[in-house]
Amino acid sequence: MLELLNINKYYNPGSVNEMCLFQDFGLVINDGDFVSVVGSNGSGKTSLLNIICGSIDIDSGKILVNQKNISGEKEYVRHRNIGRVYQNPALGTCPNMTILENMSLADNKGKAFNLTFGTNKKRIGYYKELLRKLNLGLEDKLNIKVGSLSGGQRQAMALLMSTMTPIKFLILDEHTAALDPKTAELIMELTDKIVKEKEITTIMVTHNLRYAIEYGNRIIMMHQGEILLDKAGAAKQETHVDEVLGLFNKISIECGN
Amino acid sequence: MEIILGVLCQGMIYSIMALGVYITYKILDFPDMTADGTFPLGAAVSTMMLTQGVGSGWTFLTLLASFAAGAMAGMLTGLIHVKCKVRDLLAGIIMMTALYTVNLRICGKANVPLFSTETIFSNSTVDSIFERLLPSSLSKYESIIIIMVILILCKLLLDLYMKTKSGYLLRATGDNATLVTSLAKDKGLVKILGLSLANGLVALSGSMMAQYQRFFDITMGTGTVIIGLASVIMAANLLKNIPVIKNTTTIIIGAIIYRGVWAAVIVIGMDAKDMKFITAALLLIFLIISMERKKKVKMHA
Repeated sequence: MLELLNINKYYNPGSVNEMCLFQDFGLVINDGDFVSVVGSNGSGKTSLLNIICGSIDIDSGKILVNQKNISGEKEYVRHRNIGRVYQNPALGTCPNMTILENMSLADNKGKAFNLTFGTNKKRIGYYKELLRKLNLGLEDKLNIKVGSLSGGQRQAMALLMSTMTPIKFLILDEHTAALDPKTAELIMELTDKIVKEKEITTIMVTHNLRYAIEYGNRIIMMHQGEILLDKAGAAKQETHVDEVLGLFNKISIECGN
Repeated sequence: MEIILGVLCQGMIYSIMALGVYITYKILDFPDMTADGTFPLGAAVSTMMLTQGVGSGWTFLTLLASFAAGAMAGMLTGLIHVKCKVRDLLAGIIMMTALYTVNLRICGKANVPLFSTETIFSNSTVDSIFERLLPSSLSKYESIIIIMVILILCKLLLDLYMKTKSGYLLRATGDNATLVTSLAKDKGLVKILGLSLANGLVALSGSMMAQYQRFFDITMGTGTVIIGLASVIMAANLLKNIPVIKNTTTIIIGAIIYRGVWAAVIVIGMDAKDMKFITAALLLIFLIISMERKKKVKMHA
């Protein structure tokens, strides 16, 4: 269980541009939840993910994972239990390393990076098997550099790599936003498959309302650092795109857009 | 013949330094100026050991000590950058400046000749080995053989290291530091490790250079980074159409070519005073040529 308690976060504190993003923010995510987070730009979606992952510090509050406070832990320490896929497909893979080397790196997460050989030849068959499931033909290109792959292929690999080792949380930061509609669809289906298969607690930020409605068991809508809408389970099943879109329009008018 | 031999020897010594520069600039993507200080640091440590007398046959210890000293300096640059959050370029410059004094302190003065001491190239052990193996007519090749052995050892070990898990992580850090964090590893530590390794190699090269030319000079490190970069970039440009050879090999060839150009410039009568200017100009020309190529590739694409 992931709990955010009384989170306070100010940007540019003490200056004229001081901006309070989160004030007494709270959120509880249960194990096995697949949460879609929607909201306009600047509503705090990505900041929320950054706070969970430790990419930005909070001013006060607690982040509890199974009752243990992790708010003091460094970003890389928290990633032992977290897999993260970014909007930019380039961030999830190493462009100048081959597919095989990238897979080997991901496979070694949580273990020591010592002076033994980087690629375990016995695992190549397993990597091929994983890549074959993507249906992108990558299993035959093990020795080409990831930099020469398309954005969709790289994002598929990033998703595969981030979920290769056992993790508690999967953080998806608009991971389909930079892809064409068809590839985005493919990546979304793949995400759903992996999440269901491995039963990973998932938080997905997206601007695609249809994905937010279609996938996952809980939807959260954020606005100016607050949760405006939070529906889970059966209530979420009944939620319709129009309803969320209507709410979106309403807050946009309030903001004067 | 003498000139060619000299070019090969110095080129190969410099290529060990270029391998270090390659690790920081190309693999780690870290503009490390420390090398200008660690090259003479290696020379200073060896000079001090040799003038104090390390004992016959133990001159090879100077190489290990130099590597360790360089690695330590690189580690400090890394710590300044990672822990004190000083910008990469500045961290190197701070360390380089500090090392100038350190080098002077180690040696006591700015110029120390090594003509009367044993070196890795001429000591009782090496001499007796070569007496048995080589006819005396080939004795002038002693130095180049020793340099070659050390160079090949460094190259092979580095190639091997790059294939290990630790080497993978080093490459990943330069390629995409975000991924290293995602792998739950501290990218700062990896940077420190890479800087240590790179500066160890640079200091090793400095140690060999001092022993080869048989003197230590406090200014011998000026322009180390630029020579290393020139070799790395030259190699990348001249040999990029031959995909089979490894990067480390191309850098060695690049460093030797650079030294060859250097010698050619001297032979056609230019003053040794002008060397740094020529190095800078050469590097600039190679950078411009590589830009041109990139443009052409884009236009054709």
